[in-house]
Amino acid sequence: MSKILSSLIIIYLILLQGVAVSKTIIVGQHERIKTIKQALETSNDGDVITIKKGFYLENNLVITRQVSLIGIDFPVLSGNKKEGIITVKANNVTIKGIHFTDTGSSFVKDNAAVKLDSVSNCVIKDNKFSNNFFGIYLGKSWQCSISNNIIISSQKTQAYSGNGIHLWYCKDIEIAGNTVDGHRDGIYLEFVKRSIIKDNLSRRNLRYGLHFMFSDSCEYFSNKFEHNSAGVAVMFTHHVKMFNNIFENNWGDASYGLLLKDISNSKIYNNVFRRNTCGIYLEGSNRNAIENNLLERNGWAIRLMANSMDNNFRKNNFLSNSFEVATNSTRNFNTFSNNYWSDYQGYDLNNDGIGEVPHHPVKLFSIIVEKNRPTLLLLRSFFVELLNAAEKIFPVLTPETLVDNSPEMSLIK
Amino acid sequence: MIKAIQLSKRYCTLDALKSIDVEISHNSLTYIVGPNGSGKTTFIKSVLELVKPSSGSIYIDNIKLNGDHAYRYKIGYMPQIASFPENLTVKEVINLLKEIRGNYNSLDEELIPKLNLVNEYDKPIRTLSGGTKQKLNAVIAFLFNPEILILDEPSAGLDPVSSSLLKDKIVKEKANGKTVLFTSHIMSELEELAENIIFLLEGAVCFSGKKEELIAVTEERNLERAIAKLMMGKNL
Amino acid sequence: MKTLLAIIKFQFHDTLRSKWLAIYTLFFLILSYALLSFTKEPGKVILSLLNINMIVIPLTSLVFGTIYLYSNRDYIILILSQPINRKVLFVGLYLGLSLPMAISFLVGTGIPLLIFIKIFSGESVVLLFLFLGGIFETFIFVSISFLIASLNDNKMKGLGLAIFLWLFFSALYDGLVLIIMQIFMVYPIEVPAIVLTMLSPIDLARLLVILNFDISALLGYTGAVYSQFLGSTTGLILSLLTLCIWVAIPFYLGLRCFNKKDF
Repeated sequence: MSKILSSLIIIYLILLQGVAVSKTIIVGQHERIKTIKQALETSNDGDVITIKKGFYLENNLVITRQVSLIGIDFPVLSGNKKEGIITVKANNVTIKGIHFTDTGSSFVKDNAAVKLDSVSNCVIKDNKFSNNFFGIYLGKSWQCSISNNIIISSQKTQAYSGNGIHLWYCKDIEIAGNTVDGHRDGIYLEFVKRSIIKDNLSRRNLRYGLHFMFSDSCEYFSNKFEHNSAGVAVMFTHHVKMFNNIFENNWGDASYGLLLKDISNSKIYNNVFRRNTCGIYLEGSNRNAIENNLLERNGWAIRLMANSMDNNFRKNNFLSNSFEVATNSTRNFNTFSNNYWSDYQGYDLNNDGIGEVPHHPVKLFSIIVEKNRPTLLLLRSFFVELLNAAEKIFPVLTPETLVDNSPEMSLIK
Repeated sequence: MIKAIQLSKRYCTLDALKSIDVEISHNSLTYIVGPNGSGKTTFIKSVLELVKPSSGSIYIDNIKLNGDHAYRYKIGYMPQIASFPENLTVKEVINLLKEIRGNYNSLDEELIPKLNLVNEYDKPIRTLSGGTKQKLNAVIAFLFNPEILILDEPSAGLDPVSSSLLKDKIVKEKANGKTVLFTSHIMSELEELAENIIFLLEGAVCFSGKKEELIAVTEERNLERAIAKLMMGKNL
Repeated sequence: MKTLLAIIKFQFHDTLRSKWLAIYTLFFLILSYALLSFTKEPGKVILSLLNINMIVIPLTSLVFGTIYLYSNRDYIILILSQPINRKVLFVGLYLGLSLPMAISFLVGTGIPLLIFIKIFSGESVVLLFLFLGGIFETFIFVSISFLIASLNDNKMKGLGLAIFLWLFFSALYDGLVLIIMQIFMVYPIEVPAIVLTMLSPIDLARLLVILNFDISALLGYTGAVYSQFLGSTTGLILSLLTLCIWVAIPFYLGLRCFNKKDF
């Protein structure tokens, strides 16, 4: 009995302590505490620091206690174009409702508006970021959530611009519902494991909308990547899932809807690739399943380099692309089956929905263009169509085995 | 008055007109005769500026033709072959010409009822027979009361009744003070009309003068025989 | 001016009532309607219409144009015997044919497109250039055909030349350009390639469409010259300007021939 009683007293004391110690610190220009730095210094674990609307010029703040930083009506926290703004070095930190702006650019330091350094269970949400070098930077952190932030930069050159959301050596991170606009890379991941990237919009970034390397077992879904100058590039990774994403309007000489370099055993399905210079580019990528995607109005729907093998392209819709598939070899070790090709000209006599004539998606003209790019100007001319038709009848230069033997007759729903 | 001075026309290798001098006086009725290819039509087309002369010049009422189209207000022309836009009606063709001439009032529409064209007024050209088209052609030539009438083989393709009506019309217009110029390669048909004869042979004027003179010179009974004699090579 | 309007008006009436124009319109109507009801993919429809612009319109314009002048020769003679300037008649005949043909194309392809306009959301610019291209092709090839017919009195020769020119511009020319580009592959051939392409009216109409439709391809894998030319409005303006020149030059030459010609 006394044992139970003493336990209850102990629990009561613990709860009491929690209530008693946890306090709210108000920061504001007309409050007793006028700077966030001051607030942080007086804070203990579990405290809530409320920042009132206003303009705060502060650099190199370090959070060492488990606090929540809550902005009211988006107080502006400016780095005055020098250094970074906040570094989080404690677990369980929440940062919410703050407008971070003007960190300094640097060629040697990764100045970030918010940097998470070796922490876990942190939440960065509903913030605004404008004209920062790096927006949100996570290093060696785990189980954190970055959601619904708006991260915008207006730099013109890559050198003066950092990444919107940058992850390095992290795991179990969720990045959801953020908008990244005008950074170097929108979302950058390196050595990241088991993370989820969903519902983000990444656009007009100076390099890639999404860029990851050595980041296995991550899932990317329902994101939209558009107007990034080099599209999306993912490298040296296996077991990735990418689905329900939209890759749109990534134009330019070296711009890709999705560039896959050394990506293996991954699944890419239900995505939309529309109006990109190159829809999907595969280099040294093996054993990937590319299924049920819509590839519409791209310059090249798929560019398949010969060092990619055993990829399976199935049930994709190819609609009005300038070139359906291009390759740099006459050999092919990938399979295409049951895709719908809008350029297909065969027939379906037995009415089973599958065309009887195999479809060769690599056209002679794409091979000519590959070797002599200015000839692209002759695209869709009658003569070029004649050439393609002739090559179709007597294939000499196009890979004979790159063929869809069961082309669908109608759009795959 | 129509005057041609040293008028030549050369098509590639063919001399259609070889430096001819022709004068057709005011209020005369002149018949240009000659075998096929003698240059009759080329001469007429030169007067209308349909053909551009290689050298020489043409004067109408002492004004030299120089590409200004105004002089053609004075001319009514009936070409050998009639052709009109197939899908227009007779009425529309006549309206088109009225609009081109800007003349809607001082019209001579006598031939329209005479040649039975009233019933054809709303029919499209493509439904008309060759003869009816030729009738329309004749109507158009006289329609604007021109001072000079140029008729290229006017009776070709017309039935005898229409043909004689046309002849009457020619005589009547002559009496009204018009200058009439017409051609034919069939000697007999318009012989009765002719006052002056211009006989063309291989692009040169073989004879030019009064009908009676020609008959007298050739010592033949009628025009047909006189011309036949000329054609057989009797030099004058 | 009044006479010109009169000529245009009556030619217009004549052409509009003609059987072949009805067939021409019907051809466009049936073709585009069939296309649209067969496939609901706007891209496929646009490309098929592009082929019409590149093949059907030049051929029909050339053939109709030459036949039109030849078969109306006696009528032309009749009109020329009236007090009318030859140039006025030429312009009247030209507009009297090319306008109804252009309208026929617009109506024939436009009506089915309007019926199915829903599937073309976001494609309005491409459609605009498609129609613009078709209209330009009509005016260009009718003016070329008038030049041919004014130059040659021999019908067979004129018609033969018209068909040869069609074959040349629709197929042979691009083949030659491709061969030239392959031969001079090692040199910077972007500028000559653009110039060569603009020398053909059919290629110009094609450029108008692919500048919009295939811009994502055209902006990839090409040098600075291309992206400057193709990626900006400069290319568009230059193409439109050259198309105008393509109407004007054959028209002017045809007018001169017609003016000097013996009938």
